[in-house]
Amino acid sequence: MNIQAVKVIYKYEMLRTWNTLFQSIASPVISTALYFIVFGSAIGSRIQSVEGVTYGLFIVPGLMMLSILTQSVSNASFGIFFPKFSGTVYEVMSAPISFFEILLGYVGAAASKSLILGAIILITASFFVELRIDHPVWMVLFLVLTCVSFSLLGFIIGLWATNFEKLQVVPLLIITPLVFLGGTFYSVSMLPPVWQTVTLFNPVLYLVSGFRWSFFGVSDVHVGISLGVILLFLGICSGVVWWMFKTGYRLKQ
Amino acid sequence: MTSIISISNLSKTYEGGHQALKRVNLDINKGEILALLGPNGAGKTTLISVICGLVSPTSGTVAVNGFDIIENYRHAREQIGLVPQELTLAAFDRVFDTLRFSRGLFGKKPDDAYLEQLLKDLSLWNKKDSELRALSGGMKRRVLIAKALSHQPNILFLDEPTAGVDVELRKDMWQIVNKLRDSGVTIILTTHYIEEAEQIADRVGVINDGELLLVDDKVNLMQELGRKQLIIELKEPINKIPASMASHALHLSDDGHELIYTYDTQGKSTGITALLQDMHNAGISMKDLNTTQSSLQDIFVNLVQADR
Ligand SMILES: Nc1ncnc2c1ncn2[C@@H]1O[C@H](COP(=O)(O)OP(=O)(O)OP(=O)(O)O)[C@@H](O)[C@H]1O
Ligand SMILES: [Mg+2]
Repeated sequence: MNIQAVKVIYKYEMLRTWNTLFQSIASPVISTALYFIVFGSAIGSRIQSVEGVTYGLFIVPGLMMLSILTQSVSNASFGIFFPKFSGTVYEVMSAPISFFEILLGYVGAAASKSLILGAIILITASFFVELRIDHPVWMVLFLVLTCVSFSLLGFIIGLWATNFEKLQVVPLLIITPLVFLGGTFYSVSMLPPVWQTVTLFNPVLYLVSGFRWSFFGVSDVHVGISLGVILLFLGICSGVVWWMFKTGYRLKQ
Repeated sequence: MTSIISISNLSKTYEGGHQALKRVNLDINKGEILALLGPNGAGKTTLISVICGLVSPTSGTVAVNGFDIIENYRHAREQIGLVPQELTLAAFDRVFDTLRFSRGLFGKKPDDAYLEQLLKDLSLWNKKDSELRALSGGMKRRVLIAKALSHQPNILFLDEPTAGVDVELRKDMWQIVNKLRDSGVTIILTTHYIEEAEQIADRVGVINDGELLLVDDKVNLMQELGRKQLIIELKEPINKIPASMASHALHLSDDGHELIYTYDTQGKSTGITALLQDMHNAGISMKDLNTTQSSLQDIFVNLVQADR
C-alpha cells in the first residue's frame, strides 16, 4: 500500500479548500442562516409543527443533506476533473499507485470536507433552534455513508465530464431537483397521494428520511429501508468506479 | 550490458483505429542514454506512454528491471521518472509543494533536503515559493524535470526536453543529463534533431510510422549519416575503372558517364585530392563535380524501403 501517495493526494485536496477557507466556511454559514430566517422563522412561524417537531428544527436534517449532497458531488467531481482537464493527471497515472489508493485520496478528501461542512451547518443551526438528536450514532453513520457515496458519485461525474458544462449540468439538473423533491423541507405525508408514490422513486428521500429519523425518531420510510437504499447506492457507485478504472475510462487510451 | 527495460512485440492501436506502434522490440541498456529519433507522429510519445502506464498496450509486453508494467506495475513504475512533452502543470501550485507532492505520489518519505538540492541543481531554488503560472516556459520545463527526479528514479524519460528551450538552458540540460548518467541513471529522450542525438546519446533509435527501424551505437549511425558522395561527370564515357585507380572506393555508373566516390566526412582525410591526382594521371578529364550528403530524411526513406 502506497500510504505516502494517499497522504499527498488527500492533503492536496484538503489544501485546495484551505486556500479558500473563508469562502468554504462563510458560504454554508450564510446559506444556513438564510434558510433558517426564511423557512424557520418567517414561514415556520405559520406552521404549527411537522411530525411533532417545530418546523425550524424539522428542516435541520434536510438542510444538512442539501448542502452535503451538492458539495460532495461538486468537490469530488472538480477534484478529479481539473487534473484530467489540464493534463496534470499524467503524474498520478504514472505513479506506483492502485486505483483504490487514488480513490482513497480523492474521495476521502471530498467526503472529509462534506463531514466538516455538515458539522458547520449543525453548529450554525444550533444558534437558531434547540437541537435534538435522538440517535447520534446512527446520525453519524448516515452522515458518513452519505458523504462517501455522493463523493463517489461526484468522482464518477468528474471522470465522465469532458467539459465544464457537463461538470455543472449534473449537479444542477439532477442532484438539486432530487434533493428538493426528496422531502428536504417537508414530510412526504404532506404531499398528495400521487406525488407520494412518485417520490418513492427518489433515492434522496430515503437518505433524508433515515437521517431525520436519527434526529427525531420519525421517518417517512422505515429506517432499515433507508439504510438498505444508501448501501445499495454506495455499492452501485463503487461498481461504476471499479469498471471505470478497470477499463481506463477517460483516463487511459 | 544488462538491459533495464525490455520491450517485446509491442503494438498499440488507438481507439480511432490508428496503429501508432507496430511490433516494437527494444532492449534499453542499464546506464545508457538512448535517443529516440523520429518525425512528428512517429510514435515516440506513445512508446514512452505505454512504458510509463499512461497508455494501455494493444499487445506485447514491457518489463522494467524484470517487472512487467501491468502485472507488477508498482515495482515497474517506482523506478521511472517521466518528463512529458507538454508543459502540464497545475497553475496555482507552488514549486516546492509540487515537488513534495510528486515525491509522495511515488511512495517516498518526505525529504526536503534532497528536494532543496534538486532545486539548486536546476537553478530553481530562488523560485521555490513561486506559483507555477508565474514561471517562464524554460523554468516550467525544469520544474517538470525536478518533479520527475523528486523520487530518485533510476530511469528517466525525457520527451522532447529541448522543445522551446534556449541555447543556454539546453547546455544546462545536457550537463544535468550527463551528471545523472554518471550517477547511474538510464536516460531515454526523444528528439527530432539528429545533432541533438549526436551530442548527447550513446545509442540512437530511429522510429518512423510506428516502426522502430534501427537501434544503433551513435558512432556507427553517425558514420552512416556522415557519408558523402562525390559524383564526377566525365567528358568522355569509359567502360571500366582504370587499374591505377582501383585503390579508391569508386563506382562507375551504368552508362559510363559518371564516377561515384563515397567517402566519410568524419574521417581524417577524405582522399579526394589523391583521387583527383590519379584521375589526372590516368588521363581522364571531367566535365563537372557534384557532392551529395545523406540526410536523416534519406536514411528514413532507405530504412522504410528496406523494411518492405
Ligand atoms: N490519444 C490518441 N488517440 C488517437 N491517436 C493518437 C493519440 N495519441 C497519439 N495518436 C496518434 O498516434 C501517432 C503517434 O503519436 P505520438 O504522439 O506517439 O507521436 P510522436 O512521435 O510523439 O510525435 P511528436 O514528435 O509530434 O511528438 C500519431 O499519428 C497520433 O496522431
Ligand atoms: Mg511526442
